[in-house]
Amino acid sequence: MAKTKILLSGNEAIAQGAIQAGCSFYAGYPITPQNELIAYMAKHMSKKGVFIQAESELAAINMVYGASAAGVRAMTSSSSPGISLMQEGISYIAGSQLPVVIVNIMRGGPGLGNIAPAQSDYFQATRGGGHGDYHSIVLAPGSVQEAYDLTQVSFDLADKYRIPVMILGDGILGQMMEPVQLSIKKFKANTFKSWALTGCKERKPNIVKSFFLREGALEEANLKLQRNYEIIRKKEERFEGLFLSDAKIILVAYGTMARIAKSAISQLRSVGKKVGLIRPISLWPFPQKPFNLKNKKIKYLVLEMSYGQMLEDVKLAVGGRQRIEFLGRSGGGVPNEEQIINKVNKIL
Amino acid sequence: MEKTFKRCQSLYDVPTHYCPGCGHGIAHRLVAEVVDELKIREKTIGIAPVGCAVVAYDYWNFDCSEAAHGRALAVATAIKRVHPQNIVFTYQGDGDLAAIGTNETIHAANRGENLSVVFINNAVYGMTGGQLAPTTLLGQKTSTSLEGREKKAHGYPLKISEMLALLPGVCYIERVSLESPVEVLKAKRAIKRAFENQINNLGFSLVEILSSCPTYWGLSPKESLDWIRDVMQKEFPLGRIK
Repeated sequence: MAKTKILLSGNEAIAQGAIQAGCSFYAGYPITPQNELIAYMAKHMSKKGVFIQAESELAAINMVYGASAAGVRAMTSSSSPGISLMQEGISYIAGSQLPVVIVNIMRGGPGLGNIAPAQSDYFQATRGGGHGDYHSIVLAPGSVQEAYDLTQVSFDLADKYRIPVMILGDGILGQMMEPVQLSIKKFKANTFKSWALTGCKERKPNIVKSFFLREGALEEANLKLQRNYEIIRKKEERFEGLFLSDAKIILVAYGTMARIAKSAISQLRSVGKKVGLIRPISLWPFPQKPFNLKNKKIKYLVLEMSYGQMLEDVKLAVGGRQRIEFLGRSGGGVPNEEQIINKVNKIL
Repeated sequence: MEKTFKRCQSLYDVPTHYCPGCGHGIAHRLVAEVVDELKIREKTIGIAPVGCAVVAYDYWNFDCSEAAHGRALAVATAIKRVHPQNIVFTYQGDGDLAAIGTNETIHAANRGENLSVVFINNAVYGMTGGQLAPTTLLGQKTSTSLEGREKKAHGYPLKISEMLALLPGVCYIERVSLESPVEVLKAKRAIKRAFENQINNLGFSLVEILSSCPTYWGLSPKESLDWIRDVMQKEFPLGRIK
């Protein structure tokens, strides 16, 4: 690929990032606001790869299960109602320890909701979402460039930990266009996976499953997952911090919400207000490191395009040691700069 | 003296978990014999269902994947598309293939996926305690149709094989039975044909196997075979459907 900078929407950037990362299987079902992603995959995926428009999100996630079991890098994408339908499959993927990348370009809910951007699937994404004790790694890009970059990271993390990785964006990120610096590095896609289903020539048969009936076997399998999650918690925290050394009040926001927070911060700092930002990039594991718990005077303002979901993780991180305020809107409403500035001024 | 009957290489030497008189053991063996005879064990990938045959991979000596209830053909579609040189088949019961997974079944067939399907029809949900299945016969008593299947309340036995035969992507459908040694041999020929079709890239093949469930039919193993012949085969006639 040439060293180029091209204009892409967030949806297209994720698709291009996936192709760049060696994703050779994509299955999806149309839903707004992520349709550019499925269309881009249909158009640009290599002839050697497999693109399937599935009959439903249920079929799409289970196709991705099959492709991953067969040993290739596989991805599906959808938006909130479709991601709800995929929860069964994601639980099976987690239980079978399959590396899969799932993209959720969130829209308003509950139910059919609307097609406006939202962040209200945070709980579903970070708490597992389906049945059973499991997690997906959840990454939240804040720009189109980052959507492109993190998609590539997602495939590596999925393979490294044999875990589903979810890219959690919203309708604004999916639809907005920005220049993207394309990467020229070549990925070692589809590195050898000894557990994959390829036919048992010259080896014992491989079984991909999440079913453990023998007494004690499921507990063992769960403990294996938990040990994996513990390593991920230690090693895979990702965040961006701004002005954390002098900030008296720290805004905590991810994705599109963090962009709006940044605009508010630059206005507030131009009039001397000591405001900083913690932008979690990994939502699971939720970053603990940027929270300076020693300075009791620091206050946090959690901003969401939802009604207090990430707020719970901030409360867990802070553990009651510092004051936390909240501003959130959803269902198509997005907290704007003015509302953020007013709220900050009230707290200060 | 020549040994004419032996264990298949594609079957492990393990005790069965199936009930006395259950058809799954025979069907598992037929699949294994076909895989051995076609010399495809090292490139076969089986998809086990959710249902009594959920641990089919504990019997089959080749690569296998689990699939969520009803989703076997979505999983199989992807595996076959990724590895077109491998032989991929699903093994599914009536609840799996014709109730919860109807959508996946119809669309995989309609895409003409080059897959082989072994469809076990025993007219009841076995693993969960003998509830009404899509294929339960009118009048047949189950734990959720206590007075027998009644058309107004439960609809009719679903003839998914006949429905699938309408689709241009489907190359072969045959209904067979395990009620007697003669029919078992015919069943094996049908399974072999479904696998050969895949080897020859002919598209979607399905073999529906009428199979006994003495436990939830409330019959002895022998009576169950008679019931397949005398009752079930009247509703589900044997033979080539497509």
